[in-house]
Amino acid sequence: MYYRRYRVPPVWQEVERLQREMNRLMESFSPRRVQTAPSFPAMNLWVSEEGLIITAEVPGIKPEDIDISVVNDLLTISGERLPEQVDENVRYHRRERGCGKFARSIQLPFAVDANKVEASFENGVITINLPRKEEEKPKKIKVVAK
Amino acid sequence: MSESEKALDAEKQEVALSEGTELTRDRVTFLPRSDIYETNDALVLLMDIPGAKEADIDITLEKNILTIHALVDPKEPENYALALQEYEVGDYQRSFRLSNEIDQDRIEASYRHGVLRLVLPKAEAAKAKKISIQSN
Repeated sequence: MYYRRYRVPPVWQEVERLQREMNRLMESFSPRRVQTAPSFPAMNLWVSEEGLIITAEVPGIKPEDIDISVVNDLLTISGERLPEQVDENVRYHRRERGCGKFARSIQLPFAVDANKVEASFENGVITINLPRKEEEKPKKIKVVAK
Repeated sequence: MSESEKALDAEKQEVALSEGTELTRDRVTFLPRSDIYETNDALVLLMDIPGAKEADIDITLEKNILTIHALVDPKEPENYALALQEYEVGDYQRSFRLSNEIDQDRIEASYRHGVLRLVLPKAEAAKAKKISIQSN
C-alpha cells in the first residue's frame, strides 16, 4: 500500500482543461468569423477617423450595475450580473444563464477624449462612443503635383 | 448540475439546424441561454436575447410546444469599419416542450434589459393539490 503525496486534481477539471486545449487547437486550424472573447462581455469594436464605437451584449444587467472607465487608451468595463431573486421552494429545470462579477479591459488603438465618452444602453446592448482626441486625429496631407 | 449557479460566459451558441432545413433569412440564429424554474403555481422562463426589440419577439404556444423567436437587425454605425468582432448579431430561436398543463390565457411576458421573462401559470388541473390528513 502506498500513499500519494499530492492531491489528485478532480477528474473533471482535467477533462475541461483538455477540452479547452482541443478547442484552441481546432480554432487555430479553421478560420472563424469571430474571435473568441477572452472573458465576458464579448465586444465589437468599430473604428473611424473620428473615433471608436464599442458594443457589448450585457443582457440582464441594469445600467447602474455597470462601470465604464477610460484612462488614456485603456477602456475598462466592469460590473455584476445579479442572480434572479427567487423563493426558496422553487425548482430549477434549467439554469444556463450565468451570473457574477465581471471586469474586462481593452486596449484601444488610439487615445480617446475621456470627457466626451458616451455610453448608451438599449435592450441589453451597451454602446460606447469614444471620440478620438482632437490633437491625435490624422492630418490629411495634400499631395501637390508639380 | 443544473441547480448550481453558472459563471458568466461570453460565447453564443448557434442553433443546430436539422438536415435539409434552411433558414429563409441568411443570418445566424442563436440558441438563447435560458433559465426555467417552477413555483407552486407557475413555470417561469428567463431568456437572454440582447439586441431584440420588444415588437420583434414572437412567442407561440402550440399544444405543448413553446417557441420563442426574436428577430434582431444588426446595427452598423455609419462610416465606421469593424475592427474587432467578438460576437455576431443574429436572430434567436428556441423551443421547449412543456411538461405541465399551462393555462394558455394567462401567460404573461415582459422584456427588460435584453431579458425575456415568461410566466406560464399552471392550469388548475395540473396544480399539485395538498391533501391534509384529518385526525379524528
